[in-house]
This record gives sequence, structure tokens and C-alpha cells, in this order.
Amino acid sequence: MLRIEGISKTFDKGSVNERLVLDNVSLSLEEGEFVTVIGGNGAGKSTLLNCISGVHIVDKGRIFLDNMDITYSPEYKRAKYIGRVFQDPMMGTAYDMTIAENLAIAYAKGKPQGLRAGIKKSDYKLFRERVALLELGLEDRLEHKVGLLSGGQRQALTLLMAALVKPRLLLLDEHTAALDPAIAKKVLQLTRTIVEENHLCTLMITHNMRDALEYGTRTIMMHEGRIILDFKGKEREEMTVERLIEQFGNKSGTLLDNDRMLLS
Amino acid sequence: MTLTAFQGSVELGLIYAIMALGVFISFRTLNMPDLTVDGSFVLGAALSATLCSSGHPFAGLTAAFVAGCGAGCITALLNTKLKIQPILAGILTQLALYSVNLRAMNNKANISLLNKQTIFSIMQDTAVGNYMKLILSFLILTVILVVLFLFLKTKLGFALRATGDNENMVRAQGINTDYTKTIGLALANGLVAVSGAIIAQYQSFADISMGVGMVVIGLASVIIGEVIFGTSSLLRRLTAVILGAVLYRVIIALALELGMPPTDLKFVSAVIVAVALSISTINEKITSVRNRLSARKGGQA
Repeated sequence: MLRIEGISKTFDKGSVNERLVLDNVSLSLEEGEFVTVIGGNGAGKSTLLNCISGVHIVDKGRIFLDNMDITYSPEYKRAKYIGRVFQDPMMGTAYDMTIAENLAIAYAKGKPQGLRAGIKKSDYKLFRERVALLELGLEDRLEHKVGLLSGGQRQALTLLMAALVKPRLLLLDEHTAALDPAIAKKVLQLTRTIVEENHLCTLMITHNMRDALEYGTRTIMMHEGRIILDFKGKEREEMTVERLIEQFGNKSGTLLDNDRMLLS
Repeated sequence: MTLTAFQGSVELGLIYAIMALGVFISFRTLNMPDLTVDGSFVLGAALSATLCSSGHPFAGLTAAFVAGCGAGCITALLNTKLKIQPILAGILTQLALYSVNLRAMNNKANISLLNKQTIFSIMQDTAVGNYMKLILSFLILTVILVVLFLFLKTKLGFALRATGDNENMVRAQGINTDYTKTIGLALANGLVAVSGAIIAQYQSFADISMGVGMVVIGLASVIIGEVIFGTSSLLRRLTAVILGAVLYRVIIALALELGMPPTDLKFVSAVIVAVALSISTINEKITSVRNRLSARKGGQA
């Protein structure tokens, strides 16, 4: 489904700040695989997602999605196949437009924009049904502006939008990190439901090791731009947070430096 | 103010409202400060006056719209493809347009349309007589308002509005923001040019410097409209811009009648916009000072 072959990315090349953020990373995802990504600060997790989604273009290597070579295709083109939810709840929606209008933009994904009506009458029924699944009472507020929603409500809506037209790949970049714990849990459960129901190929960055093991079907750990741990199946079922920290120490030769990660 | 003078400023307001709608698209919908406006307004007036002189008043309006769209496209290309900041991109286009506009006016600084046929003189002898200019301006503006409103409710219109709100989201939804910005700036400057074209025919002359400060007038109209008439829905916002443009003209007419020299007009416009833009900051300051004062009082008690 997703095949990454030896990608590297260096930021600020040629300056004193030059740093290698991705170092020859290769990764393959099967259809329906739900991969959680953990790692310390600056391990390259977000950069990996940003290279897949086209925010950054890699310096070296290839990225294939469904056997299409998307290494150099612009962000907006590959976005047709990729659903994304960002860490910042402000980033996934248009605040001055209504919930229905935001959903309509997501619903039109991959189709030409054109001069057809932005929302058809029949769309409302579908939007109501889908929004009702969030169980946040938003189905009666479709005409409200998104700017009036809380961070958690927006993240839930963004998640819904990312999967409204079934993507081939779902990228979640710490999408619950900015939410308070109760809402974060709800959004995570919602994520699981949506991923499982649609059988979506998913990459989810999280700073919470427990979540990383609890959700998904496979976990990878990154350190200094490389994938140092990759486990699934039985090995993953027997994994605990303590053993994970221990293995990280063995593999990287350092202690885990993600302060948020240790706290959680 | 006499009724005739009042009617005159309403007529001007209705025509300038077309320009203000253009400014609304770039400043509010796309969230891009576009200074092309000062140039594209004259571009429209210049083409309209030149074509009017040779007997084609309606072709003048069409040519103005097309050329205005072109000017907007150039600013958009400078910004999106060459990554020049939006303000600077607009200033560059505006500067270049000064030369283009002179060419369009056959290297004359002004063109008089006295005794030439205009869209207004064609309708002169109809039954409505005195109210002809008012009715025609109103009709043109209404058509533009309806078409613009419907456009902003299409899929492309949604994409345009979302671009101003949140570019990241728009790209993540598979929409090319370079494209939406280009469409938006083209449409905005097309409307501005049409407004210039109608003004030239309305006042029967075009002048190379008639666009100076036009963007400020447009902004003043947008802001006055928003403050007084509200922003709750899209139709309301568009209507507010129009009412703002008319109100601005009435205010200016009143000021002139109270003895303000016409040469001070630009100064007053700049002050109006500066004050309107800083109202929220000033309010915050006042609240913060008030809170501090009351806290001090509380401490003493």
C-alpha cells in the first residue's frame, strides 16, 4: 500500500543549522495496517509524515502509494489520496465557514471544484448522519461556524473530514496532544472506529507510549532520523511500556529524551 | 445636504461599491492585502474612456473586466509562482500598470467624454429621467452582487473562502491554493476595473491619477460596512460592504459641504481607515487600563 524506499531529508543544508532529520528510512505498510509511531524529540516522526504528505520533498529515496510514485508530486495532488489530521486543532478546518461547508470541501476531495453548488440538499442528510457518529451533538449545528467549536470538537470534525472520502492513507500527527485527557481519549476511540470500519492504512504519531501499544496493529520507534524498533503481532501483544523504554535504551544507547513521553 | 447632492453621493456609492466588493474578495475572502487595486481601477477607467470615445461604451465595460482580471492574474503569479510577498507583488503590478494605463489612454493624462455616448447617456431619454443614473447603477450592482454571492456558494467559491481561512487545510483537502488565489485576485481586480470603467462614464472623464488611494477607500467601505451592518452571514457581509461604500460617500459629501477642502479628502480617508483598523486594539488598551485602575482601587480599600 505505502512503500517508502530509503528516504533522507536534511534541513538548512549548507548552514550552521544543517541537520539530517531523516536518514535513509524505509518502511512498508500493508493494506489496513494501523501503525503507531513513537520516538523522542527531533526523532523525525513529523518530518516522516510531512515527507509522505508532500509538505517537504525528500532529498533522496522514493515514496510509492498504491504503486504510484508520489515522491515529487505536489502536496495538493497527493492529498487526494491522503487524509490528514494535524496536532494543532486550528489547522484542519476553515474557522470562518460553517460545519456543513467544511464537510462539503472534504466531500468534494479529488473532484474538480467547478461552479456546481457547494452543498446539495442531499448532502445535508449524509453530513448529519456522519456528524451524529461523533456523538458531540454537532449534527444540529451544521450551520454554525467552525470557529465556535472547541479544540476537541474541531479535531473530531477534522478526523471525520479526513475519512469522509475514503483515503488510501491516513496520517495523524499527534492529533490528540493538544486536547485535555477526556476528549483525547474520545478522539482516539473515534480514530480506532473510523480506521477499523474503513479498513484504512494509517500512520499515527503519539507521545503516549501506552496509547501507542493499545491502539493500532504495529508500532515503530524512531530515533535520530532512523527507525530503530518495529514490531507487531505476538511480539507487540507482549510488549509493555517498561520493556519498550528498556529496548529503546539498548538500541539507541541513550535515555529517552521526550519529556512529554516520560510523563505520560 | 440637498436631495440632488444626496442622490449624487448614493449613485457614486453604488458604483464604488463594485470596487469595494473586489477589495472584499482579496482582503477578506482571500486574506491577502492586494494593492493592485489602485492600478486596476484606472486600467478599467482608461479602457472604458478610450472605447467610449470611439463609440463603444458597453465594450468598454467588458474590456475593463477582462483587463482587470489579467492584472489580478499577474499579481497572483508574482505571489504564488515567484514567491513575492502579496503587498509587494501588488505594488509592482500597480506601478507597471501606470505605464500601461497611459498607453491605454493614448499617452494622455486625461480623456474627456463630454458629448460622447456612455451607458448613462444611452438611457437618458427613457421615462425614468432624473433617476436614470441611480436606477442603472443599482441594477448593475445588484446583478454583480447576486452573481458574486452565487459564485461564493459554489464548490470553487468554497475553496476560495477556505484559502483565506486556512491554506494548510485547503491543500490537505487536495485543492491547489495557487489556483484559488489566482482566481480570487483576478475576480477582485476585474470588479475593481469595472467600477473604474463605470465611474469614468458616470463623470464623463478618466484621469491617470484617479486611482490613487482607491484601495484605502475600498477598505474603508468594507470596514464601515462590517462595523455597522454586521458579518453574520455571507449575504449580509456582501450587503454590508455595499452599504459601507454608500455611507462612505455620504460622509465625504457631508464633510465637503461643511467646508472641508476637497484636497484634504485623501487625508481624511487615510485617518478613517487607520482609526477603523485600530478600534479593537484601542478597546483592548482601554479595558486593560480600566482593569488596572480598578485593581489599584481594590487594593487600597
